[in-house]
Amino acid sequence: MMNNAFDLRMAEMHIEVHKFRSGAIVGATFLALILQAFVPVYFPKFAVLDLPLLVTTYFGLSRRNPSTGSLLGMVTGLLQDSLSALPLGLYGIAKTIVGYLASSIGARLDTEHPAARFALTMFFFVLHQGVITLTRRLLLAEPEAWFTLRLGIAAAVNAVVAVFVFMLLDRLRKS
Amino acid sequence: MAGIPSRHRSLVLLAGVILLQVVLLAVQIKRDSQGRLLRVWTVSAVSPFERAGAKGIGNIRGTWSHYFALQNTSRDNEQLRRENDELKLQVNQLQSKAAEADRLAALLNFRQAQRNVPMLAARVIGTSADTASQTIYLDRGERDGIRRNMGVITPDGVVGKVIESYRDTAQVLLLTDKDSGVGAMLSDSRIQSPVGGTGEPLLSMKYIPTDDTVNLGEQVVTSGMDRIFPRDLPVGVVAEIKTGRPFQQVRVRPAAHLQRLEEVIVLLTLHQLEQKKEPPAPPAEAAGKSVGGTAAVTP
Repeated sequence: MMNNAFDLRMAEMHIEVHKFRSGAIVGATFLALILQAFVPVYFPKFAVLDLPLLVTTYFGLSRRNPSTGSLLGMVTGLLQDSLSALPLGLYGIAKTIVGYLASSIGARLDTEHPAARFALTMFFFVLHQGVITLTRRLLLAEPEAWFTLRLGIAAAVNAVVAVFVFMLLDRLRKS
Repeated sequence: MAGIPSRHRSLVLLAGVILLQVVLLAVQIKRDSQGRLLRVWTVSAVSPFERAGAKGIGNIRGTWSHYFALQNTSRDNEQLRRENDELKLQVNQLQSKAAEADRLAALLNFRQAQRNVPMLAARVIGTSADTASQTIYLDRGERDGIRRNMGVITPDGVVGKVIESYRDTAQVLLLTDKDSGVGAMLSDSRIQSPVGGTGEPLLSMKYIPTDDTVNLGEQVVTSGMDRIFPRDLPVGVVAEIKTGRPFQQVRVRPAAHLQRLEEVIVLLTLHQLEQKKEPPAPPAEAAGKSVGGTAAVTP
């Protein structure tokens, strides 16, 4: 898989790797975590969003480096775990995989179009929840439903919001 | 990583970090540890922002909704409306303060009814940053005497229990979380059964035998058997009943507004709570006592 990703990346050098202003990635990730923890106190429906996932996906798709994508996903996921009542690693594993795959896909495809961003975010949201469910079932022996209507709605909502959040994050790019 | 071909490095890194986290999960389960160090760092980094936000948002929200939203007035009567706006602003601020005073009065009444139980009022400043667990963060922590396993309530009913206490912050597991539970009983029949969270808005009362009678709308109160909450605090009302064997599937709607918590009370004791004995009230009167949530705690 990695061989293919590498070869394709070499073959598609026209896909631009974006650089960001210093502190942009750290700042955006931290802000996403704070908003995720704070806003639902006053707007409970906000909890349907997973802003740290959107940030991980965005920087993965933009930076197009699977190593940094994996590490960013791991750090973001572990921080999210540490604010929850869950064991550390549950969101960490899921976001590591999302970070890696987003970077790999970003290296192969042009992901700047809003439709592509919508579809990819929806895919990554479902994948992210799938990995969490798998981890809970296998490692924590907790019975979890694979798919619920709520998950489908949440995936669509996150995908719509992602289109606008990604536009905002585009402004952090170095021109 | 030096001997690994560059094309494989990211894949090896991916495998490495996943393996590391799987080991981390396994260690936490094996040792029943919580990874406290990382949690302390993260909470210490995030909670000042949440605390500042919680303090400021009330003022901002009030100003925005009660003043700026009224800016689209006609120019013809601008002067008149400006005066009106100012008066409205004052009224709204007073109403807001009155509402807050009502809430605080309810807390105070509850507290006065439970003089023998040390309590502490706290403000909710944050929630868990994920959808898989249901927790909140309070603006009080170890410095205020909050410890793990202390009960958290509102005048309306049970909220949950403290699962982690930091220096200035405490994490509370809400009753709706899958791992949450409270000793409870039906208020009329006094049938006891733990009530647990399901990860959804409704709670589950797990062990009510099929032969026992349960009525929709019946109050569920704490039994005191968990040694965290005093007896007869409101937990919720029966919202759904489905037959099953050997137990009925009883779903309970929480009495406390768990989706919208801004102030709570922490029961500052880890000892079994003793309730003062009072003469039994007539049934109709007892049912009415839950109004306001303050008198419902008397057994």
